[in-house]
Amino acid sequence: MNVIYVDNNATTMVAPEVLDAMLPYFSINYGNPSSMHSFGGNVAGAIQTARENLANLIGAAPEEIVFTSCGTESDGTAIRAAIESYPTKKHLVTSRVEHPAIKNLYEALSKKGYRTTFVPVDRSGKLDIDYLYNSLSDDTAIVSIMWGNNETGVIFPIEEISREIKSRGILFHTDAVQAVSKIPINVGETGVDMLSLSGHKFHSPKGIGALYIRKGTKFSPFMIGGHQERGRRGGTENTASIIGLGKAAELAAAHLADHGYDRVNRLRDKLEQALLAKVPNAMVNGDPKNRLPNTTSVAFEYVEGEAILLMMNEYGICASSGSACTSGSLEPSHVLRAMGVPFTAAHGSIRFSLSRYNTEDEIDVILEKLPPIIERLRALSPFWKKAMGT
Amino acid sequence: MWEYTDKVKDHFLNPRNVGVMEDADGVGEVGSIACGDALTFYFKLDENNKIKDATFQTFGCASAIASSSALTEMVKGLTLEEAQKITNEDIADYLGGLPKEKMHCSVMGRDALEKAISCYLHEPEKKVEGEIVCECFGVTDREIERVVRENHLTTIDDVTDYVKAGGGCGNCHDRIQEIIDEILGNERPVRKKAPALTNLQKIKLIEESIEREINPTLKKDAGRLELIDVDGNRVLVRLGGSCAACAKSPVTLKHYVESRLRELVSPELVVEEVQ
Repeated sequence: MNVIYVDNNATTMVAPEVLDAMLPYFSINYGNPSSMHSFGGNVAGAIQTARENLANLIGAAPEEIVFTSCGTESDGTAIRAAIESYPTKKHLVTSRVEHPAIKNLYEALSKKGYRTTFVPVDRSGKLDIDYLYNSLSDDTAIVSIMWGNNETGVIFPIEEISREIKSRGILFHTDAVQAVSKIPINVGETGVDMLSLSGHKFHSPKGIGALYIRKGTKFSPFMIGGHQERGRRGGTENTASIIGLGKAAELAAAHLADHGYDRVNRLRDKLEQALLAKVPNAMVNGDPKNRLPNTTSVAFEYVEGEAILLMMNEYGICASSGSACTSGSLEPSHVLRAMGVPFTAAHGSIRFSLSRYNTEDEIDVILEKLPPIIERLRALSPFWKKAMGT
Repeated sequence: MWEYTDKVKDHFLNPRNVGVMEDADGVGEVGSIACGDALTFYFKLDENNKIKDATFQTFGCASAIASSSALTEMVKGLTLEEAQKITNEDIADYLGGLPKEKMHCSVMGRDALEKAISCYLHEPEKKVEGEIVCECFGVTDREIERVVRENHLTTIDDVTDYVKAGGGCGNCHDRIQEIIDEILGNERPVRKKAPALTNLQKIKLIEESIEREINPTLKKDAGRLELIDVDGNRVLVRLGGSCAACAKSPVTLKHYVESRLRELVSPELVVEEVQ
């Protein structure tokens, strides 16, 4: 059975070019970039090229990039650096729809005496910006707002927020794990102080991420050790993965420059529109205008997400859900709850996230298989007929 | 990804007995859309008052659908008295087990069955007994007590897995712990002390254990063990046969002989070798 992979916000396929670029760094080029001999020094040169490629993708200077192990490490490093750099400030701000890397860190810090503000969103997932600005004070150590939401794809106006936060002299961080490579980003213009990204969301391997730190930003390392990453992250470099991330960044930049996401966007829109047309009582979660081009969260009322996913799984279709049952928790995702999506819809929400490797044929298969699945599950559901008034 | 048994997958992908039963003798509705799962269970009796037919409708995950489907199969041909004895564990067992976090699906099946039987017997709709403990999922102290007793639960996580209580805001965790403690405190089996052995009984038992359990094993390696004396809890033995010359004999003595004797006779025994 062919796999139809539309779960690219969870992780992505390593691009063949990325794998090819990495392989020599497992075998022949195994030197340590810190070594004095040229066998190691050559690896340092390759890492520098990777750093330049990644910097180029987000409009940064190469020396503003620190390689980390993942998005979560980047997020944690940024927030902890802010706390350490401004020890007297005890207030932290974020949104109610962040990834657990920020959400759970903030909750942990609030138990350690920090005051936290979680800025609400409206029904379409738009951030309450006035609420955000009103929460700021001299005591605020950092504001961290994600760029694009992993579940709905909703994009926050980071340039605008960043400018305002900066004008008040407060540190600003953005978790751009889902946004990098999907939309053009230029940190130089936005003025964000720190930005997190993760390699495996754009076709490099798992276990590699980066933190952008604007030149001149007060910083204190999370991993203290050797002089690697100019002392901002100790530990021998994950050389092969860094090379892979650099290659993936190069491919992503070329793809963005070619307007490659127009095709992904068109496939996403086709999938979404056809599902809404074919399936009654279906709706899109989140602002349809300000969204990542690859993501859609579709709610199918009166059915439950896990059941939909497992039935799609029978056809090799891989997606994910905001329902409670898939995560092992008992409540629907905090993102959908923050948006006030009604329970009738939240439990039956499915996220489709595409990549440049998806084809029109694959979308057609989903459109053929999914509507009968929903129909079947609704026939099982005691609420469907009641809702239809029959 | 959940590890579902083939039977769960089968009952999920090919659910049995789906649908509304217009002329049902008993109907039981449990759950709600807010909670994420809900089940309506119907049954009909034959002239001998046995369940002739049962159907269901379920909103929920794969294990909720499979549990409902299993229940309809399990009750067919049973009298109401027999059906009343079905526990949530029986439903889970029928499916070859459920992931721990999904046990609440089997509890939902049991609850729907009970409600349907009450409905048939025209018992007044059971009022919410006890006090609501978990506000998020509307679970009472009585329901928690019952599931703790019936399934021998010991932690808050267990309770959440079985009846969802405590799975939302978490404000009720202390109260759930209290309920568990009360039940465990009341029902903790008083460990019966093994009746103390007299010296004579102890020596006899050691002798028997050596002959029956230990020497047959040692014999495989052409060794044997001879009991020399018992002094309080000290068991004095001599290793014979090939054991006597074996470099590993101290290991055999401590690891094998002593642990077997502690198991079979008394945990306080210490085995010592005499030359």
